[in-house]
Amino acid sequence: MKHIFSSPSAILLTILVVGALLAPVLPLHDPLAMDISGRFAGPSASHWFGQDEYGRDVFARLVFALRSAILISGSAAVLSAIIGTAIGVAAGYVRGLSEAFAMRVMDIILCFPPLLLAMLAATLYGAGPQTLVPVLALVFVPSFTRVAHASVMTVRTMDYVDAVRLMGAPTSHILWRTILPGIAGPLFVQFSFVVAMSVVLESGLSYLGLGVLPPEPSLGMMVGAARATFLDEPWLLIAPCLLLTVVIILLNAFCDHLRHLLDPRRSTGN
Amino acid sequence: MTNVGSELLQVSALAVSFRKGGEWRSVVRDVNFSVSAGETVAIVGESGSGKSVTSLALTRLLPQDMTKVSGRALFRGQNLFDLTEQQMEKIRGDRISMIFQEPMTSLNPVMTIGAQIAEAIRVHRKVSRAEARAEALAMMDRVRIPSAKSRFDEFPHQFSGGMRQRVMIAAALACKPDLLIADEPTTALDVTIQAQVIELIKELQAETGMGVIFITHDMGVVAEVADRTLVMYHGDVIETGTTAQIFNDPAKTYTRALLAAVPKLGSMNDAAAPVPYPTFNLTTGEMTPPQDRPDTLRPEEPPLLEVEGAIKRFDQRSPVLKRVVSRVHAVENVSLKLRRGETLSIVGESGCGKSTTGRVITGLYDYQSGSVKLNGRELRTIAPAQRAREIQMVFQDPYASLNPRLRVGDAITEPLRIHGLATREEERRIAASLLERVGLKADMVDRFPYEFSGGQRQRICVARALVLKPSVIVADEAVSALDVTMKTQVVNLMLDLQQEMGLGFVFISHDMAVVERISHTVAVMYLGEIVEYGPRAAIFGNPTHPYTQRLLSAVPVPDPARRGLRNAPPVLELNSPIRPRDYKPPVREYRAISPGHFIQVPGPEWS
Repeated sequence: MKHIFSSPSAILLTILVVGALLAPVLPLHDPLAMDISGRFAGPSASHWFGQDEYGRDVFARLVFALRSAILISGSAAVLSAIIGTAIGVAAGYVRGLSEAFAMRVMDIILCFPPLLLAMLAATLYGAGPQTLVPVLALVFVPSFTRVAHASVMTVRTMDYVDAVRLMGAPTSHILWRTILPGIAGPLFVQFSFVVAMSVVLESGLSYLGLGVLPPEPSLGMMVGAARATFLDEPWLLIAPCLLLTVVIILLNAFCDHLRHLLDPRRSTGN
Repeated sequence: MTNVGSELLQVSALAVSFRKGGEWRSVVRDVNFSVSAGETVAIVGESGSGKSVTSLALTRLLPQDMTKVSGRALFRGQNLFDLTEQQMEKIRGDRISMIFQEPMTSLNPVMTIGAQIAEAIRVHRKVSRAEARAEALAMMDRVRIPSAKSRFDEFPHQFSGGMRQRVMIAAALACKPDLLIADEPTTALDVTIQAQVIELIKELQAETGMGVIFITHDMGVVAEVADRTLVMYHGDVIETGTTAQIFNDPAKTYTRALLAAVPKLGSMNDAAAPVPYPTFNLTTGEMTPPQDRPDTLRPEEPPLLEVEGAIKRFDQRSPVLKRVVSRVHAVENVSLKLRRGETLSIVGESGCGKSTTGRVITGLYDYQSGSVKLNGRELRTIAPAQRAREIQMVFQDPYASLNPRLRVGDAITEPLRIHGLATREEERRIAASLLERVGLKADMVDRFPYEFSGGQRQRICVARALVLKPSVIVADEAVSALDVTMKTQVVNLMLDLQQEMGLGFVFISHDMAVVERISHTVAVMYLGEIVEYGPRAAIFGNPTHPYTQRLLSAVPVPDPARRGLRNAPPVLELNSPIRPRDYKPPVREYRAISPGHFIQVPGPEWS
């Protein structure tokens, strides 16, 4: 029997996520504590990944940066998944005018380049996670709506939905127990995809100074800061980029794994 | 019979294995046969018997890394298995052509019909665009597509299923192949269309002298087309001989079981009530004839279902202003009555409105006017929860009608859960006993639908329909997608349940032979209207409306000796029930032929 941890991507991803979330209670250096005498110091027993331009511990900063990336992208993805799926399912099931309206609104949101939208919001409401999360959520709502809408359109024509209707089931049962599980597969895949996308977008915005505010660590900001000293200290640039790459690859591998798990036709034996 | 000429294809010791996981699984073993020019060889068997795999192996269309093919296939003296892929490409589509079952998916939806036929020519012949076009047009004429010239630039979705299959045949025969492999070419089609397509293949064969390998599960079709027949079972050829031999003197039990399940119109003339199929024990070869059983029909009790002048039309709106431009008259003034213990069959071709009628009766579609009374109460006024206990439905596609995510036990008892009628333990017990009732095992409750075959799934659907103990079950083409032996089992199961529980069935089908077996009463539908209605014996014994006659004459006769004694019905596109917005349906008159047997007085379109 296959289960969720049967893929290395799931195990590694869990280690990364749990590690990052537990960062405050782990015996790490303070990611904000400066140590001017240790500027640009290389890796050592107490600073595994060395120290940055202010002498801060790079390893601790990476862990805390990953933590804020996960928190921000995770909550943005959850928020957009809930809103987007609700709109998509309603539009696909009820049809009619509300469907046309909902889908056109989504088209309008899709017209805005995500980066521009985020910059606009940051200018209007100030940078920081409290702006970033709603903006990211808004950006990704249409993707969930479209996936949910398209899947509902396929599932609702299946005979088994009619069979449930003939059993005298109320609409809530049809939506929650019959249609939603039927479209869960593509939605989960979309979810992990959106998390990966928002990690990238979050670091991009932080790089531009519109995301996480200094001195809090963030991957994008670390890349931005290391740019100036890249030729002398390439590791400071490479480390956050590498972490970002690894996280995205793991998320994508996990996507595939999830899709495979959620396919009811998967074989149980081999 | 066609003239049989020189040997075209000689297959010896053909075997195919598939790789699954790390193991090789043998799916076809030791197949030997030959096809001569002008000859038709039928390969018969159920799904999974290896008949399609055999044909794909011959054309080398099986994925090479997953399959192992051994043996020899000499085509005009050349072993097909020795050729390079390039050489094979030259033969495939040119000397050996194929047509497949699904006319919907085997045509490219974004290419025009004409272009697809012309493409088949241009791949193998060095001809100009104009020449290919002319040739394609000629092919369309040869496969008798009406007004070929104006339809040349139309797309597949504008063609009906039968017409699409004609296009497939035109493309397959465009290069005048020596050998045509037809894999279930008529299975997805209505009987009248099937008769025309078979007729067409026979005519074209007579014109060109090609050899034909005809793959089918329908013994009626075999009797109609084949000179020789191979019966396949689980990857082995279990019987081979001339079609007459196979039909008159079958050696194997399995062949006899197949033949017993074959539609034989008129075989039921002396029985008033439905009769189950005989059952066969495949290991001992014993046949158990159906037992005599009392008729279940209770005409004296109040009717279960009464439909009076029901009308259901679907509006078709213009894309921009959403104005109604036309309407599909799917159900037009239909009246029916279903009594306790009765099986009422609704027959007709696809698009005649029989499925819509079924959905109106179950309440899945609302009706615009008329009345539908279920157990004496107007259907609309019955709450869905109550309605669910009186009427249930079994759907056509056993793969779409079970939620793939629910274990079958949960699927069967879902109605109980919806209405909170049973505890978890009771549910398991009920599911287990119902599974046993429909001939499956009680310990299957925890399995998922994908672990079952189509026939088993259909039994599960029957079990699910029974769980609320309804008095009426609507079976919408419930056995049409099943293999012959599965079909007989499900039909027998339905008859047993009727015997036990006094169920009323509304049996919607295009399969006249099953209808003859299972029904008390038959309603024939055409373009949304009932054109003939009456007791089964009257409809089959004395079909009076021209449409009923046409429908019955198209059913294949499972007797090779009587082949060619009847004519295929003339090529007509089924008229469309789509009418302009202001269309007023004509007032129809009905005439009684005998007690209970009515026909619609045929309008001028039938003269």
